Amino acid sequence: MGRYLLRRLLLLLPVMWGVSTLVFLLIHLTPGDPVEVMLGEAALPAAREALRQSLRLDRPLPEQYLFFLHGLVTGDLGTSLFSREPVFARLLQALPATAELAVTGLGVALMIAVPLGTVAAVRRGSGLDHGSRFVALLGVSVPNFVLAPLLILAFAIELNWLPVSGRGGLGHLVLPALTLGMAFAGILSRMVRASLLEVLGQDYIRAARAKGLSERRVILRHGLMASVIPVITIVGLQFGALLSGAIITETIFAWPGLGRLTLQAIQARDYPLVQGCVLVISFGYVLVNTATDLLYAYVDPRIRYE
Amino acid sequence: MRKNRPWPSGLLLVTGVMLCALLAPILAPHSPTEQVLAEGLTGPSLTHPFGQDRLGRDLLSRTLYGARISFWVATVAVSISLGIGLVVGAAAGHFGGWVDELVMRFVDILQAFPGILLAIAFAAILGPSITNVVIALSLIGWVGYARLTRGQILVVREMEFVTAVRALGGKDLRVILRHLLPNIVGPVLVEASFGFASVIVAEASLSFLGLGTQPPTPSWGAMLDEARQYLLVAPHLTLFPGLAIVVTVMGLNFLGDGLRDLWDPRGG
Repeated sequence: MGRYLLRRLLLLLPVMWGVSTLVFLLIHLTPGDPVEVMLGEAALPAAREALRQSLRLDRPLPEQYLFFLHGLVTGDLGTSLFSREPVFARLLQALPATAELAVTGLGVALMIAVPLGTVAAVRRGSGLDHGSRFVALLGVSVPNFVLAPLLILAFAIELNWLPVSGRGGLGHLVLPALTLGMAFAGILSRMVRASLLEVLGQDYIRAARAKGLSERRVILRHGLMASVIPVITIVGLQFGALLSGAIITETIFAWPGLGRLTLQAIQARDYPLVQGCVLVISFGYVLVNTATDLLYAYVDPRIRYE
Repeated sequence: MRKNRPWPSGLLLVTGVMLCALLAPILAPHSPTEQVLAEGLTGPSLTHPFGQDRLGRDLLSRTLYGARISFWVATVAVSISLGIGLVVGAAAGHFGGWVDELVMRFVDILQAFPGILLAIAFAAILGPSITNVVIALSLIGWVGYARLTRGQILVVREMEFVTAVRALGGKDLRVILRHLLPNIVGPVLVEASFGFASVIVAEASLSFLGLGTQPPTPSWGAMLDEARQYLLVAPHLTLFPGLAIVVTVMGLNFLGDGLRDLWDPRGG
């Protein structure tokens, strides 16, 4: 396990380097002049030149790239063109809000998906199975920008139970987390169903039944526990989708996280901030994927030897 | 064998929406861009079954024309992605070695970005327009097809009939086109039908964020974005375009599920 762990962690380096380089190129080869965006077209040539120098935009691209890599390693991602704050600090401000939303969304998804998928697998072929599969498919098919306004309409406007937007107490978290969790629940419950069906067909399940265990115990203790592995993978692989879902969800609910910050930065053409946001989200994505692989290898030792 | 398969209803839904897209000019009771300002935000009525938007435009007509935009974007973007993905994936899988290594590392890096984030970045860089949405979605879409094609080719390549063709002196291009690709059509088709659904959602997302189609073009995403301000007074503006997307995506997912069952009866 030690060697595998080391190998996977070392493999992170080239991928992250590639990701940062791509982000750098994406931002720096973009047509449009950040200086013009900041100062407007009417600015004096001298002012432009000064700003260009302070942003090092007058240097050749390779030099800018080296400077960028150096900043990356030392945690200096430049300053936001508009708020003039360090990009790193802005990202740190936004990160907890997104983490809070993502984790709660994941929790909502699991709370819906595990019972739904289990019932579907245990009562395979029944009306209950078809019903729960339909609900799962509905979850996958309703995009978050359709679901969110409907939830707001029902729970915030008509019933007036929950706030429309913003971040604050637990009440603020409910609708965004539901929005984020529903699509995820759809995918997950299909996975739980398929995985559990496969496990329930195994000999040791028949053995557990034969020795007289209650059906409830067979399913919860022997079935669900064993079907957890593929579910972990899907949770990990879909975490990136959850993060991208956060861009729209956060925007709709005015949730002050990374997703909304990214969109605002893009709309304001705040290049250093865009660069920082895209980097953090991609790094998070890569890290979660690697963590998933490691967890998977830990739970199922056969994987390491491939 | 299970009865009660969902794919016929999927096919029905998709065909229905596709007909709406094709026949929008005939089916639409009004022009999708004609404004009747005095009737702004009016709810559903006999002459306007889906109601009217802020500028008094007929929502039914706009929703029908919206299907056209969605299907146009999805058809073009999926075709381009599929084309690139097949060529790149087949080359990587067939030749192996450094070609494979190079291609797959690049694919790894592109897949290290959440898709929609990359699409947003491309769309923002290229500027908001429907053509740029197609370009952005194609640029990120091919990666999945390339990976799938490569994986499938690696399996088929080892089969005996391919060795036989090679022994008979089959050239690379001929082996790929005549013997490898036809054997991987199934999984690729399944992937493409899900891909179609995700492109429709992605286009709507970009338009919703203001980075896609621009007014007055009736795109479902843009219509939903506009509807947000009037959620309280005119919920029909959210309801109908939202329903259109859900029905379309659901139909495509049903269809993809069905195709997958056909190809791999163990799944599902």
